[in-house]
Amino acid sequence: MRRWIVIGIPYLWLLVLFLIPFLIVFKISLSDTASAMPPYTPVLDFSNLWAFFSQLDFENYTFLFSDSLYTNAYWSSLKIAGISTFLTLLIAYPIAYGMARAPKEWQPLLVMLVILPFWTSFLIRVYAWIGILKKEGLLNLFLSNFGIDPLTIHNTVYAVYIGIVYSYLPFMILPLYASLEKINNSLLEAAQDLGSPPWKTFWQVTFPLSIPGVLAGCFLVFIPAMGEFVIPDLLGGSDTLMIGKTLWSEFFSNRDWPIASAVAVLLLFILVIPIVLFQRNQQHQREAVR
Amino acid sequence: MKGRLSWFNVTSIAVGFAFLYIPILLLVIYSFNDSKLVTVWGGWSTRWYANLFQNEELMRAAWVTLRVAVVSSTIATFLGMLAAITLTRMNRFPGRTLFSGMVFAPLVMPEVITGLSLLLLFVAIGFDRGFWTLTIAHTTLTMCFAAVVIQARLYDFDKSVEEAAMDLGASPLKSFMQVTLPIIAPSVISAWLLAFTLSLDDLVIASFTTGPGATTLPMKIYSQVRLGVTPEINAISTLLVGVVALGVIAASIAQKRSMVMQQAETRAVDAGAK
Repeated sequence: MRRWIVIGIPYLWLLVLFLIPFLIVFKISLSDTASAMPPYTPVLDFSNLWAFFSQLDFENYTFLFSDSLYTNAYWSSLKIAGISTFLTLLIAYPIAYGMARAPKEWQPLLVMLVILPFWTSFLIRVYAWIGILKKEGLLNLFLSNFGIDPLTIHNTVYAVYIGIVYSYLPFMILPLYASLEKINNSLLEAAQDLGSPPWKTFWQVTFPLSIPGVLAGCFLVFIPAMGEFVIPDLLGGSDTLMIGKTLWSEFFSNRDWPIASAVAVLLLFILVIPIVLFQRNQQHQREAVR
Repeated sequence: MKGRLSWFNVTSIAVGFAFLYIPILLLVIYSFNDSKLVTVWGGWSTRWYANLFQNEELMRAAWVTLRVAVVSSTIATFLGMLAAITLTRMNRFPGRTLFSGMVFAPLVMPEVITGLSLLLLFVAIGFDRGFWTLTIAHTTLTMCFAAVVIQARLYDFDKSVEEAAMDLGASPLKSFMQVTLPIIAPSVISAWLLAFTLSLDDLVIASFTTGPGATTLPMKIYSQVRLGVTPEINAISTLLVGVVALGVIAASIAQKRSMVMQQAETRAVDAGAK
């Protein structure tokens, strides 16, 4: 009996507030736009099941595919999220590697220093970059000391890359560090004793053993980056298309809830595969620990 | 893995941490800048902080944010603890896969989707938007983070102490309250703190699920940031960063002390066994 209370309360909470809302989004994505409040015609009327099914249509989805604005936004989100994930991996790996090799008594402090920025507000960290990257910002002020012409980074896609790498770096470093730190030293020593040069040892021993961390880190960066709103909105300017931003403006500016819902459903559809892979990866790692 | 740190390792750590900390540091320094122009240094001053406290709208938003964060993180920690126990201690029940999916998916789910879907739920059931919808939304998101933090502790927890308590006749509830909870307490505290800061920080979900009269601080900051960088935003940001940093440092000290105590206990037990 008590067992069912422990399971039931969080289960019910997530069912009602996480799963059912998705079904509602899906439902509304199939209904027609209306300029009432709420701005959609409800399709759900169970009194007549036939009428319910006959009213559903995929009009909003065909609209998404016919308008290049949306398809471009999806593509450019995929591209930006992919490139930023790769850049984050490139930057995070040497840091995590160095941390794993650092003296044992330093490691908790280093981990703490990686986590700390994650605790400070996301919005504020993105905001800090505006002050640095904008035309009359601190970076250009600094560069002007060396006679370098001002760079235009703010309101371009490069600022979005910087923003994503910066904001999600801890998510990449931590799983990488966790898998690097576990590597048994005797394996590395054995490779060395057998005459393997350090570079080869890295590629043939260390890197393959760190792949679970690489995968976990890439998922943790790629999936949220794909739907990111704050970074492209504040750093990318009007030229950077990303789907999170499109959804936001459909909802808040155009007040077109059905289209916003269809955009969300399609984004979720794209993300389902990486999300399932991420969960599998997590489960494997937990089972490996046990 | 261990070994000697090469110059490459040291440089990558140093450059990495510089990258992580310099933007925040610059923000803090420029919040004390006397000049109205953000990039022109006009000497030290605390006048932007004084301005903040006279800005009634901002103070009201801060108060809403704080209340939402305290209430939602407390409920979220409780729910997250139940979810963590379910994930680690209940091995077989119908729908277990769905449950673990629902716990992990919100961690990576883009916030625009979570926010939109919660809003549509509230509209569908005719719930007036405001303080409570915002609190419920934050609870839903942060309980999953709390569950993950507590779960990690429950996994590497020696179950035999729980079993011993139950063998000695304690009910599962009693053994949880008197044995398990004290041991996992540090992780429960960090779960609460994480939930609290996530709620304090959230812009996207709050924008979707809040209603009139419940504007949060991140929403206020966001609407001002869009107009440009101002020293006032630097000042309020610095305050937020400071509060969170203090909290995290306090929590890590608490955790360290409990770890030291735990080690002393194990040593005492070992000595007794000999």
